[in-house]
Amino acid sequence: MWAMVAKEFRQLRRDRRTLVMMLVLPVLLLVVFGYAANFEVHDISTVVVGPDAGTMASSLHAPLHVVSVDPSRSESFATSELRHGTAVVGVVTGPGGALVLMDGSQLFSVQTAEAALAKLAPSAGAGGHAMQVRILFNPSLKTSWVMVPGLAGLILVFIGTMITSLGVVRERQAGTLEQLAVMPLRAFQVIAGKIALYLAVAACDLTLVVLVGMGLFGVPFVGNVGTFLLGAALFLLVTLGMGVLVSTLSQNQGQAIQLAFLLILPQVLLSGLIFPVSSMAVGVRWISYILPLTYFIDISRGVMLKGAPIGSLLEPIVLLAVLAVVVLGLAIVRFRRDLAPSPAKGHSDQRVAA
Amino acid sequence: MTFGLDAVTVRYGRQTALDAVSLAVEPGRVSAVVGGDGAGKSTALAALVGLINPADGLVRRPAKTEIGYVPATAGHYGDLTVEENLLFTAQAFRMAPGERDARMNMLLEQTGLQGARRRLGGQLSGGMQRKLAVAMALVHNPKLLVLDEPTTGVDPLSRVDLWRLISQAAAGGVAVAVATTYVNEAARATTIALLSSGRALAAGSPDAILTSIPGTLGATTGRSRPTDRSWRRGAMWRVWVPNETLPDGVEGVSADFEDAVVVAELAAAEVSR
Repeated sequence: MWAMVAKEFRQLRRDRRTLVMMLVLPVLLLVVFGYAANFEVHDISTVVVGPDAGTMASSLHAPLHVVSVDPSRSESFATSELRHGTAVVGVVTGPGGALVLMDGSQLFSVQTAEAALAKLAPSAGAGGHAMQVRILFNPSLKTSWVMVPGLAGLILVFIGTMITSLGVVRERQAGTLEQLAVMPLRAFQVIAGKIALYLAVAACDLTLVVLVGMGLFGVPFVGNVGTFLLGAALFLLVTLGMGVLVSTLSQNQGQAIQLAFLLILPQVLLSGLIFPVSSMAVGVRWISYILPLTYFIDISRGVMLKGAPIGSLLEPIVLLAVLAVVVLGLAIVRFRRDLAPSPAKGHSDQRVAA
Repeated sequence: MTFGLDAVTVRYGRQTALDAVSLAVEPGRVSAVVGGDGAGKSTALAALVGLINPADGLVRRPAKTEIGYVPATAGHYGDLTVEENLLFTAQAFRMAPGERDARMNMLLEQTGLQGARRRLGGQLSGGMQRKLAVAMALVHNPKLLVLDEPTTGVDPLSRVDLWRLISQAAAGGVAVAVATTYVNEAARATTIALLSSGRALAAGSPDAILTSIPGTLGATTGRSRPTDRSWRRGAMWRVWVPNETLPDGVEGVSADFEDAVVVAELAAAEVSR
């Protein structure tokens, strides 16, 4: 038995990536996720409109954060702001009291806002503002309605990153990568050829997940299908690009799975799928800003639940496009190194003879 | 046009993997790179096809579309059928469908893989897998065919078949470079580069290498090794001396190519002493 133990120790000592994962990762994950795992919302963006908007705005306190006060605007403006994601709460003042609109796609924010308004109600009422609350986009505050659009993205992250990550590694391990390198194929052609199939499969998966989500859980799809498809296509390109990038950084399938896991786990916990991004510690929040799932969740919830127009989703769409360019660019650069080595220092000459 | 390496040096960091090695690969001829493990055979062929950029020297090769390469590893996709493997390579080289089908059928016939055309590459025997790899390297009619140890670990009958394929390709005008650890196979080549620790110990035709061996070669019997420069050949010991004086009881013999390879290694060791 001791011979076996000694052998395992020696092998592990040389497998530095696994060693780092085993020793450093638990602590790192504990710290990062400890700061991310927070359901408390401390900042709820709020717009206040109607004739008494000024008075009402001055009576609202944290966690309600008034971002806009406009006495000349009405309920439609507040609804639009919620649909565009500019605010989570809209207070519409009027002669008969105040109508409070809330974005039901932000479950934890709505719960916190309701609690905050319950405390404020007596003083607000004293100011002549009887309050009526109306939840938009997810009136029953169903968790499934919020989770399904995000889970669709998470499933695609698993398929895209994990399965694609094994693609190049398989070629490397089988020894066929050398053959590809000698063939008249460019790096982007090989990558495009590799991800085309996964792109098609993942697109089918996405359609299936969304349809099953709508059928089983009654999740609505009120927005524009084209906007959703554009966001999904960009998101898929990023996740598949991440898979290819992982496979260019790995020598074997075990390493590829380890690295893919490292990219998938933060997306489960830091993308806003479970914990609100706004509740995360600032340092951890920045990690969520570089995760593609964060932006896909904005798009999928925005389109499916709120019917958000493409104009209000430009930011996540553009950021996903930037991520796609960066990730696929890196993957191509890395892969090109595998296919065609850069010139060595020295005085070599390579002539293509007729 | 002759392809090949002229005084090519390859370095991995501070380690010199190939030190000013030359190899001429002519159309219609087979050139062999011979040597033991770690001699630099694969590095030389990788430099020839462009997988490695040398630090020094000149590499002459045709365009990528005219190179066929069989790496030392599998060289085919185990989860594709024989036919699908050939089809992939033909499509990657953008062959026209008519020409492609005719070429695939011809190669399947030459390799004896017609009956296995729908079998997965991974389900073939070792020899059949190597034949498939060679067929894939030949499917697009390359001008330069580079084979890295195509017969290593292959049964003797399949080795004969593989060499028949290689000879047919050369007879068709293809310039062939092949790396091998089998000295008897190397003797079939027109030109040979004998490598050891990244250096060329000898180069030229098998006859030229035979006539250029230094010192004197002898043979003797006995249970124990006669000298530290002797090796077994069947029931006999071969004995080499760097001068003309063989030890007592050792008869002078003519060297064959296998002897020449061993002598070249011993002579190189003698010089570096």
